[in-house]
Amino acid sequence: MSINLVMKKSFQEHVDETLLLDCMRCGFCLSSCPTYLHTDQDEAQSPRGRIALMKAVRDGKVEWDSSIEESFNLCLGCRACEPACPAGVQYGQLIEQTKEAIQEVKPQKTLEKTVRNVTFNRLFANKKELNRVVKLVRFYQKSGLQKVTRKIGFLNLFPPFMKDMEKALPEVPKKVEKLEPIKPPKIKVAFFTGCLMESLFKEINEKTIEVLKLLGAEVVIPAEQQCCGALHAHSGEMQKGLQNAKVNIDAFDSDDFDYIVNNAGGCGAFLSEYEKHLANDGKYAEKAKRFTNKMIDISSLLVTLGLVDYLRKIPKIPPNVVATYQDSCHLRNVNKVFKQPREILENLPGIQYKEMLKADSCCGSAGVYNLLQPEMAGKILDTKMGYVKEVNPTYIVTSNPGCLMQMKAGINKEGLSSSIKAVHIVEIVYDQIKQVSTNIATFEAVLN
Amino acid sequence: MDKQMIQLFINIVGEKNVKQSQAQLLAYSYDATANYQSMPDLVLSPRNTEQVSKILKICNEHRIPIVPRGSGSNLAAGTVPNQGGVVLLFNHMNQIIDFDKENLTITVQPGMITADICNFVERENLFYPPDPSSMKISTIGGNISENSGGLRGLKYGVTKDYVKGLTAVLPNGEVLKTGGKLAKDVAGYDLTSLLVGSEGTLAVITEITLKLIPLPKYKMTSIAYFHSLEEAAKTVSAIIANKIIPVTLEFLDRKTIDAVEQFMKIGLSTDVEAMLILEQDGELTQVEQDVKLMTKIAVENGAIFTKIASDDVEAENLKTARRVALSALSRLRPTTILEDATVPRSAIAEMVRMVDEIAERYKLTIATFGHAGDGNLHPTCLTDARDQEELKRVEEAFEEIFEAALSLGGTISGEHGIGEMKAPYLEWKVGESGIQLMKGIKAAFDPNNIMNPGKIFAKETKKRVVLQHVN
Repeated sequence: MSINLVMKKSFQEHVDETLLLDCMRCGFCLSSCPTYLHTDQDEAQSPRGRIALMKAVRDGKVEWDSSIEESFNLCLGCRACEPACPAGVQYGQLIEQTKEAIQEVKPQKTLEKTVRNVTFNRLFANKKELNRVVKLVRFYQKSGLQKVTRKIGFLNLFPPFMKDMEKALPEVPKKVEKLEPIKPPKIKVAFFTGCLMESLFKEINEKTIEVLKLLGAEVVIPAEQQCCGALHAHSGEMQKGLQNAKVNIDAFDSDDFDYIVNNAGGCGAFLSEYEKHLANDGKYAEKAKRFTNKMIDISSLLVTLGLVDYLRKIPKIPPNVVATYQDSCHLRNVNKVFKQPREILENLPGIQYKEMLKADSCCGSAGVYNLLQPEMAGKILDTKMGYVKEVNPTYIVTSNPGCLMQMKAGINKEGLSSSIKAVHIVEIVYDQIKQVSTNIATFEAVLN
Repeated sequence: MDKQMIQLFINIVGEKNVKQSQAQLLAYSYDATANYQSMPDLVLSPRNTEQVSKILKICNEHRIPIVPRGSGSNLAAGTVPNQGGVVLLFNHMNQIIDFDKENLTITVQPGMITADICNFVERENLFYPPDPSSMKISTIGGNISENSGGLRGLKYGVTKDYVKGLTAVLPNGEVLKTGGKLAKDVAGYDLTSLLVGSEGTLAVITEITLKLIPLPKYKMTSIAYFHSLEEAAKTVSAIIANKIIPVTLEFLDRKTIDAVEQFMKIGLSTDVEAMLILEQDGELTQVEQDVKLMTKIAVENGAIFTKIASDDVEAENLKTARRVALSALSRLRPTTILEDATVPRSAIAEMVRMVDEIAERYKLTIATFGHAGDGNLHPTCLTDARDQEELKRVEEAFEEIFEAALSLGGTISGEHGIGEMKAPYLEWKVGESGIQLMKGIKAAFDPNNIMNPGKIFAKETKKRVVLQHVN
């Protein structure tokens, strides 16, 4: 069978025609698409163009070639086109189905194969494996090997972007000081720790727990949890992603928890879509729905637990540093959470919040996109850093480990690491609260 | 297209500005019109008038069709390259050339986004009123080619009312300049007006000088809900009969309100049959007086609920709700086919009734919204392109809607243009002599028929339908 026919069949099998027909080609999505804007408005790099291509491949109207594949590969999957679409096209689902259709029949190039194999079959399939690698990274940093590698210029052998990303590795974590929580706790939450957050960004997870406890939440970490499966799904490995989903649904299936909280926007979006993806699964549909209903991101939960009210009541310290916020695409475009983090930042002691232009536009991290598409990711990051510099903040606040690393890479690339720091929202909340009062036992009194 | 020919174009615009991959050709094979698609042979992005001129000369010499394209939001298949050839993009020609605060004009390249022009001049307290619903993505070049209307047309007119001068390249490569920064100009035929709305069939426009006016100080937006379409339509006629010319007088029926609310979630009432969005601008006292009077007229004509927007955000949301109407309606069925029939304002109630009756007779779902104050309705048929039998009924129903509009002294297209889609019906409006004259003009500009061929003029005119059940 010719590749055209093979692709056509695979698309017919995986890509839902009804979803494709939702697009009426009005073009309202164009101005929201980072790749369209970064290719001098190339329609083939727009959501409308990609949907037309999906349909054309499915209908056998176009011959499969590398240009078509490139159009799909260059999509960030940021889903900024979804809130822009009056017709309600479910683009995220369409691009996932497309990736799956291609993945099933397409032989891969070596680099992509390696990245995929390491990423999907090893690191993010199995937490132990990831932790082992993180230990290696720590060794790499602590042993002085990092310095040596940088000196020798080993990384010069890789695309320049890899070098930026290597520099963006978080520092070795410091010990997180405990905060004094409200007793007895008001609610019980289960913490979805996330792979990167629990390994490379362990410190942020510990701070997350401290802040939650402070606000009166008992935090439980179900031990059986696995990677959320988002990276798999975005790369055409939906079945592997759903295997992880089922493990997680079982791990968190308890009436005990009021919420299931996560602090990584990318994971959160996929977790909240378990229900959609498993809607036709006899065994898991109900359980997935229960899971999704309890899912909440950290900013929303902090606001729900009264953080903003608390911040408004504690002693003010005059704002001495500027913070800006970079939206996590999936937190914003899929879970529609963008007010809560800003509300928190606007009320944090010692912080002046300044919105940067196009904070809602992707930073170019997009899962493993910056590794597979370094050139486009780099262009998008450069644009982003231009907007950052206009605000000239001390902190760029993020809600997702990918964005956090990408913003760190951007800061390094611009040579701004002495003046700008990229942080996760939980870090800045924890650090600023601690600055105001080390004895937070007064919290309860303030809140009531 | 053979390699030698492609090389000729590469020599003009450079390799980076020639798109020829499968993906790119497919991505320029459509616009926003359902059921029309055709692959171009090449897509070019010139950087200036000179390059456009060189491209046209080659196309003319080799009889290669050329389709100028903005953002591809056309609704009459006007930018679909139905005979292949070259699609011409203006993504590199999107700059402001001149901003003249003394003559109140702005001169721009055709690829500039309409909303960017509006925002730019408004920062200087000036106003470019034409605001097609797609203004956030549409280009000014596309607006000029289609003579686009918008929500503010009732008070401020449409695109043609603001075009003072053009630079255009003729198919033989000659550069034509028309009009200028002039308040008056009667030197010969008005070629500016001829090019505006010519749908890319005469020349390629490369520079546009637009008239600006002072930005009105205040504006106020309100809504009124009705139990019937007729009450809303009567309100429109009554407002104008009361000598009020509001900026905006927009109409949405129940299905449209419902679809829009699904997207916007701004609390529109979905248990009513019709809604009007009204806006007035100007001096504060006049604005207040007009909006109050319009509200009173609405109530007198049966409005069940009226409300004045409490702030700019609410006002903007209401207008956005109207702008997304067509796209939002496509939620309901796989295919959306809309029309653009326009009647004299006084006939709007009659037209709404006829559309309803036709929809019922053909057993179709037709939602209607539009610029009620302009008599410009957008009956939108929600259908499924895969159902040939239903599609045939849609075609017949639309033919009756055209005929109904014409019988009321109206036209087959108010603002979307003829393109390929409505070409078979043009003669119904302009008559045989009109078609012949227009063809003569076309031939004078473009003797080899390379400029957006297959648009405006059809091979065959549709047989006119006999209207049934017209009261």
